[in-house]
Amino acid sequence: ASGLGAIPAFAATAEDMIAEFTGGAAVGEGELSLTAPEIAENGNTVPIEVSAPGAVAVAIYADGNPTPAVATVKFGKLNPSNTVSTRIRLAGTQNVVAVAQMEDGSFQQASAAVKVTIGGCGG
Amino acid sequence: MAKGVKPRVKVPKSASAGEAITIKTLISHKMESGQRKDDDGNVIPRSIINRFTCDFNGENVIDVTLEPAISTNPYFQFDATVPEAGDFKFTWYDDDGSVYEETKSIAVG
Repeated sequence: ASGLGAIPAFAATAEDMIAEFTGGAAVGEGELSLTAPEIAENGNTVPIEVSAPGAVAVAIYADGNPTPAVATVKFGKLNPSNTVSTRIRLAGTQNVVAVAQMEDGSFQQASAAVKVTIGGCGG
Repeated sequence: MAKGVKPRVKVPKSASAGEAITIKTLISHKMESGQRKDDDGNVIPRSIINRFTCDFNGENVIDVTLEPAISTNPYFQFDATVPEAGDFKFTWYDDDGSVYEETKSIAVG
C-alpha cells in the first residue's frame, strides 16, 4: 500500500511506548503468552490471544504499525484467567509485543512475529 | 455519530456459583483509524470505539483501552467468574461521545 512509508518523525516507537508503560523497569519472561498466526493473509483482521496469569494489566503493541499502540487491557477481580482474544490490524510483516504488569509490580514481555500478505492500514 | 452501531454479547444463561464462564462480545463499528485517505487524498478523521468495559454486579471483569489498530467490528473474548446471580454490564465508549450499553442476566443454580 502506498503511504505506509510516511511515518512521521515524531511518532513514538514501540520501544519508547514500552519504556513508558514499564517506567523503565526491567522486563522479564514468565507465564505471559501471546498467540498470533505465523502468517496472516489479511492484515485488516489478525486474531490474537493474550494470556497473562497473575497480571493486573497487559499492553499490546505492533512495532511496525504507523502508531504502535494496539490496546491496553486491565483485568478486574472477577477475571479468573486473565486471557483475552481480539482481532487487530497490522500494516505489514512485524512483531506483536505484549507487556504485562504483574501483581507484584514486576513486568513480563512476550512477542510473536506475524508475516502479513496484505497490509491493514489502507493507503 | 457513527451509524449502525450494534453491540452483540454472548453470555450463558446460567452457571454454578463460582464458575468461570466465557463471554464473547462484538460491536459493529467501522473503527476508522485516522490513517486512511479518501479519493481526493484527504485524511479521513479517526472515529473509533476507544474503551470497552465489562462489570458484574458492579465489580470489574475487564477494562480495555482500544487504539486504531483494533479491527473493524471490535471483538473480545474473555472469561469471568460468576460468584452469584446477577447482571453483566457491557459498555463501549465511542470517540464521538456516544456510549453503548448492553446488559445480560445470569442465573445461578
